[in-house]
Amino acid sequence: MKRFSKIISAVLLAASTLSAGSAVAAGPSNGPDPVLQDWSFSGIFGKYDPAQLQRGFQVFQEVCSSCHSADLFAFRMLSKKGGTEYTEDQVKAIAAEYTVIDLEIEDGERPAIPADTWPNPFPTPLDAAGANNGVVPPDFSVLAKARNVPQKFPNWIGNYFTAYQEGGADYIYNLLVGYHEEPPHGVELGDGQYYNDHFPGHKISMGPPLSDELVDYEGSAPETVDQYAKDVSAFMMWLAEPDMTARKELGFRVLLFLFLLTGMMYLVKRRLWSNVDH
Amino acid sequence: MATQSKSEPNRRDFLYFATGAVGAVGAAAVAWPLVDQMNPDASTLALASIELDLSSIEVGQSVTVKWRGKPVFVRRRTASEIEEAKAVPLEDLKDPQSDAERVKEGHEEWLVMIGVCTHLGCIPVGEAGDYKGWFCPCHGSHYDTAGRIRKGPAPENLIVPDYAFLSDTLIKIG
Amino acid sequence: MAHQSNYKPNSGFEKWMDERLPIIRLGYDSFVDFPSPKNLNYWWTFGAILAIFLVIQIVTGIVLAMSYTPHVDLAFNSVEHIRRDVNWGRYIQAAHANGASFFFFAVYVHIFRGLYYGSYKAPREVLWILGVTIFLLMMATAFMGYVLPWGQMSFWAATVITNFFSAIPVVGDTIKTLLVGGFAVDNPTLNRFFSLHYLLPFMIAGVVGLHIWALHVPGNNNPTGVEVKSKADTVPFHPYLTMKDLFAVMVIMIPFAWFVFFAPDILGHPDNYIPANPLVTPPHIVPEWYFLPFYAILRAIDFNVGPIDSKLGGVIMMFGSIVVWFFVPWLDRSKVRSGAFRPMFKWFYWVWVISFIGLTYLGAQPAEGVYLFFAKLCTAYYFLYFLVILPFLPRVEVTKPLPASISESVLSKSASQAAE
Repeated sequence: MKRFSKIISAVLLAASTLSAGSAVAAGPSNGPDPVLQDWSFSGIFGKYDPAQLQRGFQVFQEVCSSCHSADLFAFRMLSKKGGTEYTEDQVKAIAAEYTVIDLEIEDGERPAIPADTWPNPFPTPLDAAGANNGVVPPDFSVLAKARNVPQKFPNWIGNYFTAYQEGGADYIYNLLVGYHEEPPHGVELGDGQYYNDHFPGHKISMGPPLSDELVDYEGSAPETVDQYAKDVSAFMMWLAEPDMTARKELGFRVLLFLFLLTGMMYLVKRRLWSNVDH
Repeated sequence: MATQSKSEPNRRDFLYFATGAVGAVGAAAVAWPLVDQMNPDASTLALASIELDLSSIEVGQSVTVKWRGKPVFVRRRTASEIEEAKAVPLEDLKDPQSDAERVKEGHEEWLVMIGVCTHLGCIPVGEAGDYKGWFCPCHGSHYDTAGRIRKGPAPENLIVPDYAFLSDTLIKIG
Repeated sequence: MAHQSNYKPNSGFEKWMDERLPIIRLGYDSFVDFPSPKNLNYWWTFGAILAIFLVIQIVTGIVLAMSYTPHVDLAFNSVEHIRRDVNWGRYIQAAHANGASFFFFAVYVHIFRGLYYGSYKAPREVLWILGVTIFLLMMATAFMGYVLPWGQMSFWAATVITNFFSAIPVVGDTIKTLLVGGFAVDNPTLNRFFSLHYLLPFMIAGVVGLHIWALHVPGNNNPTGVEVKSKADTVPFHPYLTMKDLFAVMVIMIPFAWFVFFAPDILGHPDNYIPANPLVTPPHIVPEWYFLPFYAILRAIDFNVGPIDSKLGGVIMMFGSIVVWFFVPWLDRSKVRSGAFRPMFKWFYWVWVISFIGLTYLGAQPAEGVYLFFAKLCTAYYFLYFLVILPFLPRVEVTKPLPASISESVLSKSASQAAE
């Protein structure tokens, strides 16, 4: 065992030498590091906050969804336990506000029902690109799992032990608050481009989507860009991983069971071998 | 160690038994999800019940909607069709059922049935056959204006699914 | 098998069966009575762990195939449909994806254990070669499985890996076109990869059967590398090793459950949650972690050698790094089997393990600057180890005296522990 730990420390040492080299190779860092948030759903006991998800959904409804699709977002998901937790009647009412395409009926469209998925704001990707500076706005369904914040060695090693899976939400939050009104000196922006600290390459084709008091919250949550960004990032995490709360709860029970059975197996093994020299 | 375990055989047996039992519980807990995943998934269950707005259906008109992968016939019957159905004596029927049993009280003009012939699963044609109800072209089963089997090889009346009137013009099937 | 069968049919049925199909005898001799060295350490439990993960992968895979759709327009969404809608789908999918990682982790430990204790040496050469064959089949299976979700990483992994074959002179492009069933990776590729991904695990299971057969002829190697001399050196497989293996399996299930329930995506790449797009390559493509050492070797060759260009050279070195394993039984000329009695070998061995882990790290970094330098260094040492150190080290190495038997080694060990 002693030998083993020596080896591990040697590996870590070698790897940290390498990463030190990489910082030199990459040159001076461009832009601030993303600020990681303290999400209610982080960690092994993390749970979504339904009130926050409902606010995030409101931002999505009123702002994001005019350009972004969410093809895998079924209205019925809104009443799931551990998520936005709307009642089934509320979900029915929300769905009915939207029109979906149904080629099996005469008019070809009808009001949505909970089983339907979120209607796409554009009929084809070409339309979407045409209306958005030639770039198709990415679909929101699993976007929070398709993004991450860059982390330097050895910080990411800790993620395996904290089960950090919120990189996507952190990225989205930082992106939404990372706009500059004027690009830094020496940066040329193309037509319809904006400067963002956290977008790879910094030139983003989406204008700052949020502004203070853009969305009217019913409760007491502040109507600021920062709050909107947090809420909609949480909502998108839920959209990408709607059963996370249940998953973590089950996982906790499974781990307890495994510890019990492993302990018992250890005793069995020790009893068996107690009369064998080995 | 060796002598100690020999002096307590019961405790050792208990340990083996208990570990085996806990292990068996674990194995069962793993096996169940692997079987249960074959049950209908959430997207299928979401369509297990549908709502249908009746307001646009005129008297004497039928619509067919898809429910659980099968056609459902919804017919707004005319007064004469209802009369005809009510007039049939039960002893004339292969699968005796009164008209009242086939519709919801207070909504006699609405007939809601799964449109699958009870013989071998074909889809019957509406307003056809000897009894002006439905006629199955596959093997010649004739249904009356209440969807009851009157002639031909089908053994039972067309099946009425679980449904309820949410309001006078809205039904929920399933 | 190799040892005398001690099976005695207990009931009339067993006797009847034994005269017709002695399958109960086979099971008894192989997994109950099979005499196993009593000094096996925990590194030897990884064989059983691998067997369990093969079963987990096959069972979860069959179940996933019930809801998966191998079509370029539907594959991505069908996998996400499994995660969100299918009963227990999130856990089954996560168990399958993370199970692959654990499978590879266990197989690397298993291989490294064999390399340290000389388990490939006579009379276990065939056992070792079958093991390397299983590893190659596992790599092919894992690669094709990774393509199935049809995300960006799936697509570009398929593109890059099928392009390996285009490095072959003259016929390369023809072979590549044959493999992908078109001019580029597309629906035919996805369909055939699904078919093969379903087939190969059963071939793995078959070769595993041969591997176990080949194990049961000479019996297990052990940490001393001294062959079993008498019954005193062994314990029956059941219950001693079955229970020890089961305990080890339970221990490994704890981190496995951790990943499945708390960090199911941490070992994957976020880009694979972007649907495949043949027109845009992600800025930084990396294979799954278990392929990184070989990927690092591939990229380390950025120079032409005579008529061999860097592309072909990289592919040769990458495949060569595994092919060389087939020859290890004959490359290692040491008369002493276990590394525990080879003072110089130990050092070269652990440096090799570190360089292998180093290649894993380097494979995930951009191929430039210091990374490339270290990748070349580690690649050079990788081959040096097999082609120079294993054959020639025994000429200069003075080995430690071997114990007369396993029992003697065990007794001296417990005596020295008692003295402490």
